[in-house]
Amino acid sequence: MIEWVIYIFLGIGLFFNLLASLGLLRFPDVYTRLHAGTKCTTFGAIFLAGAVIVYGAWRWYDGDTAMINMSIHAAVALVAILITNPTGAHAIARAAHRSGVMPSQAIVDDLSPGQPGAVEADTDEEVDDVE
Amino acid sequence: MIDMYDPFMISLIVLSISVLIALVRVILGPTAPDRIVGLDTVNTIVIVSMLAFGAATMEIIYIDVAIVYAVLSYITTLYVAKYLEGGEI
Repeated sequence: MIEWVIYIFLGIGLFFNLLASLGLLRFPDVYTRLHAGTKCTTFGAIFLAGAVIVYGAWRWYDGDTAMINMSIHAAVALVAILITNPTGAHAIARAAHRSGVMPSQAIVDDLSPGQPGAVEADTDEEVDDVE
Repeated sequence: MIDMYDPFMISLIVLSISVLIALVRVILGPTAPDRIVGLDTVNTIVIVSMLAFGAATMEIIYIDVAIVYAVLSYITTLYVAKYLEGGEI
């Protein structure tokens, strides 16, 4: 019974990790590749770590008392992935836009400084003012 | 003893195929942010592979290594992104 929960979790996680790498190969520019390569791996990592957590809890319930440590450590690793992955993706997208990489089929760039209502993109001057 | 038909070992094979497909983008990628996106994806899949390998061999130490690897790969991604942005590190 509990084996099938582990199998279903592993299946969902592997499916989304494969979709992530396929999307990384097929999408046209940096931002869509970032969309595939970060969101899908985060969602797949939730289910794969969930499979490890359920497996450790199952072993613990069967009497192997050291295996609850595996569940707890896998949960800590899952929290580390959930915190670091979206912030890293945000940093990559920000760096790509500021280093001049444009979306491949874009017509209007709302973040460029000439657009009305655009965010001031150049923070180097602000940093200089603070210093 | 490692059971090769353990479901976690089978999932490790599929995850290795995913890493190879993502490495194609790292090699081909026309710009530098493309390569960083590919490396970030490879890092996340390697963390998940460490979790699955720890469950397959019933060793908790691999899962501890995965936690440290997650934090170190995050620091590396931020470092390279800051370098591309042109700011001071």
